[in-house]
Amino acid sequence: MDPQEYQQLEQQITPPTPYVKNVLKAFLVGGIICTIGQAITYFFIIFFDFTDKTAGNATVATMVFISMLLTGFGLYRKLGQFAGAGSAVPVTGFGNAVISAAIEYRTEGLVLGVGSNMFKLAGSVILFGVGSAFFIALIKLILVSVGVLEW
Amino acid sequence: MLFLNFLIAFIVGGLICVIGQLIMDVGKMTPGHTLSILVVAGAILDGLGFYEPLIDFAGAGATIPITSFGNSLTHGALAEAEKHGWVGVLTGMFEVTSSGISAAIVFGFIAALIFKPKGKAN
Amino acid sequence: MVILFQSKPSIIACGAVAGPLERKSVFNSYFDSIVEDERWNQTTNEQGHSKMISEACDIVIKKANIKNLDIDFFLSGDLVNQMTPTNFAARELACSFIGLFSACATSVSSVIIASLLTDLGASQLAIAGASSQHNAIERQFRYPINYGAQKPATSQWTVTAAGYALIGKHKPDHPSVIAGTIGKVVDYGEVNPFHMGGAMAPAAFDTITSHLKKRKQKISDYDLIMTGDLGKIGLKILKAMLAQSGVKQDELQLLRDAGAEFYGEDESFQAGASGAGCSAAVFFSYIEQQLKTGRFNRVLLVATGALLSPLSFQQGETIPCTAHAIEITME
Repeated sequence: MDPQEYQQLEQQITPPTPYVKNVLKAFLVGGIICTIGQAITYFFIIFFDFTDKTAGNATVATMVFISMLLTGFGLYRKLGQFAGAGSAVPVTGFGNAVISAAIEYRTEGLVLGVGSNMFKLAGSVILFGVGSAFFIALIKLILVSVGVLEW
Repeated sequence: MLFLNFLIAFIVGGLICVIGQLIMDVGKMTPGHTLSILVVAGAILDGLGFYEPLIDFAGAGATIPITSFGNSLTHGALAEAEKHGWVGVLTGMFEVTSSGISAAIVFGFIAALIFKPKGKAN
Repeated sequence: MVILFQSKPSIIACGAVAGPLERKSVFNSYFDSIVEDERWNQTTNEQGHSKMISEACDIVIKKANIKNLDIDFFLSGDLVNQMTPTNFAARELACSFIGLFSACATSVSSVIIASLLTDLGASQLAIAGASSQHNAIERQFRYPINYGAQKPATSQWTVTAAGYALIGKHKPDHPSVIAGTIGKVVDYGEVNPFHMGGAMAPAAFDTITSHLKKRKQKISDYDLIMTGDLGKIGLKILKAMLAQSGVKQDELQLLRDAGAEFYGEDESFQAGASGAGCSAAVFFSYIEQQLKTGRFNRVLLVATGALLSPLSFQQGETIPCTAHAIEITME
C-alpha cells in the first residue's frame, strides 16, 4: 500500500468533521457571549455614567475577569470543547489564552515561567493586530499625503 | 428597542464566531492561526472604514469578538496619524485598546497565583 | 527484525498505578493502585510523574518479594523532554539504568531489551516499562491544560498511568517472552497531530505482518493481538488494512487495542486513550493477569509510538511512527 492509497483509506474511515453542528454551536455560544457583553455595556452606561464609547473598555476588562474565573476553575476548557470558535473568538477567548498559559507555567516561577510564557498563545494575535494596524495606517497616510484620499 | 439591540449583538457576534469556526474546520487552521486572521481582518475593515459603522449597528456584537482588537489598534493609529503624521502611526496604536491586554495581563498574573491546572476530562 | 529469546525470559511480577481520572477506565480493577491527586502530592506535574514511576516500581519489587539491590537493570522511558521523570525515578532506584525513547512504544521496546539482557545472562532481574502523566505531556505537546481548544473526534486522551514488569529467568507458571519484533519507522505522510491513530496504524500493520511472516504464523495462532494506543479510529484503520491484505473477518476479531478500550464508550475522551502509560498499564496488569489465569495462552502485544515533537510539527514535518511487538506465552 503506498501513502496515497493509505490516505484514501484513512479518509474513508475517519469520521468527517461535523461542520453544521460545529457552526451552530459556535454561533450559539459566540452570540450568547456577545449578548452578555452587551448587557455589561448597558450596566456601565446606566449605573456608572459611562458613554457608548467609553463603556467598551470597561466591558472588555469585565469579560476578561469572568474569563479568568472560568479558566481557573477549568470551565472554559469545557466550554471550548463544546463551542470551538464560539468561545475562542470573543475577547474572553483571548483572556483564556493568556490566563491558561499563566496558570500552566506557574511551576517554572513568576519570571521564567509566568512572565516568559504568558503570551505563548496570544502573542500572535498581538503581533498580527499591531502589524496590520501599522501597515494600514501607513498606507492610508501615504495615500492622504499624495492626495488620493482624505482623512 | 433594548431587546432588538441584544438580538443584533447576538446575531452579529454569533456570525463572526461562525466565520472563525469555518476558518478552523474548513481551512484546517489552529486556533492561533484563526484568531490572527480575524484580527488582521478587523484591522483591514477599519482601514476601509467599515468597522465603526458595524459597532454602531451591533454594539457588543462587534466589540467583543477579537476582530475589534484589530479595529481599535488601527483606529488609534489612524487618529494619531491624522494629528501628528508619521510618528502618530506608532504612538496611536494602543491609545484606544489597552484594556483587553492590560486586563489579560493583570488577571493572568492573579490567576497564576491562585489556580492550579487540573486535567479532568470534560 | 524478529528476535527469538531462547531462554524464554519470564515476567515475574507486574505493577500498574494510575491517576484519579483513570478510575473511569474499564481496566481500573486490574490496576494495583489509583491515586487521588494527579500530582502525587508533589509541587509540579513532572515531580508527580516521577513519583508515579517510583510507586509502580515499588509495587513490582514488593510483589516479587525482592530488594532494590536485587535489580540489575532499569529500562524505561516517558514522553517528557529528556525523560526527566524516568531519570529522576531511576535516581531513587539506584541500579543500572538506560532511558529508552520509542514514544508510546516504550512499554514493549523496554521489555525486548530486558529479555535480550536476560537471554545473554547479563541480567537476573530487570524492571521494564513506561509511563505518562496527562498534564505534563499535554502542556508540552499541545496546549496549557485550561486552554479551551476544540479537540476533534480523532484526538486521544493522554492517560496518567505507569506500568512496569519484572523480567527474569524462565520460571514455570509465569508468562514468558519468547519472541520480539523491533519495528521499522514508518511514515505515510500524516501531518495532523490530533490524528495519532491514523499516523500509527501503518506502523502497527507493518510490525504485525512482518512478525507473523517471520514466525510463519497466522493471526488465529494467537488468543489475542493487542495494539497499544491506536484508539477507536486507528484500530478500525488497522483492521481495514489487514482485511485488504487478505485477513478474514473472524480473525480480525482477535485484534484489540488498549487505547480504544481504556475509557470504555465515554465520548468525552474522543477516540480513546493514548500515552506511553496506556499500553504499559494495560499490558502489565490486565494482560498479565489474563495470561496467569490461563484465559490467554499466546498473545502478541504491539505497542505503537508516534515519533513527533512539538517542534517537528510546527516545522511542518510529517509524523514518523514505529511499533514494537512481543510474543508472550503461558505454558
